[in-house]
Amino acid sequence: MGNIGSVMNACARFAGGSSQAVIVSEAEQLKYADKIILPGVGSFGEAAAELKARKLLETLKAKIQEGAPFLGICLGMHLLLERSQESPGAKGLGLIKGEVLKFKSAKIKVPHIGWNDINAKSKTQNAKILKDVADGSYVYFCHSYYVKPDDEDVVVAITDYGLKFASIIAKDNIFGIQFHPEKSQAAGLKILENFIKL
Amino acid sequence: MLTKRIIPCLDVKDGRVVKGVKFEDLKDAGDPVENAVYYDKAGADELVFLDITASSDKRDIILDVVKRVAESIFMPFTVGGGVRNIDDIRALLNAGADKVSINTAAVKNPGLIKETSQRFGSQCIVVAIDAKLIPNTQYPIHNTKHWEVYVNGGRTSTGIDVIDWVKKAEGLGAGEVLLTSMDCDGTKDGYDTELTRAVSRAVNIAVIASGGAGRLEHFYEVLADAGADAALAASLFHYREFSVKEVKDYLIKRGASIRI
Repeated sequence: MGNIGSVMNACARFAGGSSQAVIVSEAEQLKYADKIILPGVGSFGEAAAELKARKLLETLKAKIQEGAPFLGICLGMHLLLERSQESPGAKGLGLIKGEVLKFKSAKIKVPHIGWNDINAKSKTQNAKILKDVADGSYVYFCHSYYVKPDDEDVVVAITDYGLKFASIIAKDNIFGIQFHPEKSQAAGLKILENFIKL
Repeated sequence: MLTKRIIPCLDVKDGRVVKGVKFEDLKDAGDPVENAVYYDKAGADELVFLDITASSDKRDIILDVVKRVAESIFMPFTVGGGVRNIDDIRALLNAGADKVSINTAAVKNPGLIKETSQRFGSQCIVVAIDAKLIPNTQYPIHNTKHWEVYVNGGRTSTGIDVIDWVKKAEGLGAGEVLLTSMDCDGTKDGYDTELTRAVSRAVNIAVIASGGAGRLEHFYEVLADAGADAALAASLFHYREFSVKEVKDYLIKRGASIRI
């Protein structure tokens, strides 16, 4: 999941004209991005190490701090936080304070796989990512870990899976989405479109 | 709340959907992409493509199908059939499959589950199990009947107990189980609810029930009563005996948690 090809296919629907989706793997290319999407593959620790090894980490942080809109999907969302139970000791970007926890309950199956609903928490400014997306829309999830930000105000939408967790977070120009918009049919594509048209 | 999934399955041979049926809504009944788009619009929650291409030198055809499907639909899909090793899995994922199901190769080499789930993530490794009841046999350890794992498309018995195998597969990192009852497959008499219940209770990963769907109540039985997380059907959807919408409307009416 977090298939970069699927994200590219979805972006291709809304790109065009002055906007174009490009896969980058080097800091030099990243510098020219207006908006950044980070889909997730692998584990928290591996991804954090990979960003560091490719010298993307600093540029990524700098771009986000300059105000470039950023969207982290699934693991890409997790990386916004400081740390994760998935990889103790590994450091995230820390742009959102808090940690990533594992689902632990005998009552639920892990990974959380399938279509679940998202419920907008409040009409914050960053709810614009949910523009024209009906509250309670079903989207596709596929994950074993979820984010727990220290600041409740960054939570834009919550989802109930035995416990209520943050399925969308946002802070200024930073967005994190737990589910896979690129796999969530109309509702997911609308969310991606909202981000691309920010 | 997490919803139960309805999953149409398409058999693909040499890049074409087999048993293609000409319907007004399809221009080319054998085109996998057109079928995928049809089911996407019809409200399916996910799709499974089973590659039944016999000769191994035609294997690459499925990669092209996967690539074209991934460009056309924005919903999750699984690809299985003839997956032998980590290279096959990587190629399918790179082509755009969200998940890959492994069957015979996993039984022959259980380490493949561990290796690939660690490399690509548990969420994309589906272990497919073909189960057959061994009558008049109890399996005392699990206090259930004894179902045996079959491989090579159901042709070869392994002697392995299904409950033992599913627990082992979970421990090795499988993200989901695609459980086919060989006894019920093709009968249209309903899913094997006893098998599904036994497997669902044995593991804490999602179970996709397969084999036997013929009537609407079969979906309810296996999802609501037997504890399956998803129900797969092939010919029932393929021959338009019921639409995905009819199945979902029925399940909603009976109070099941279903995505509209």
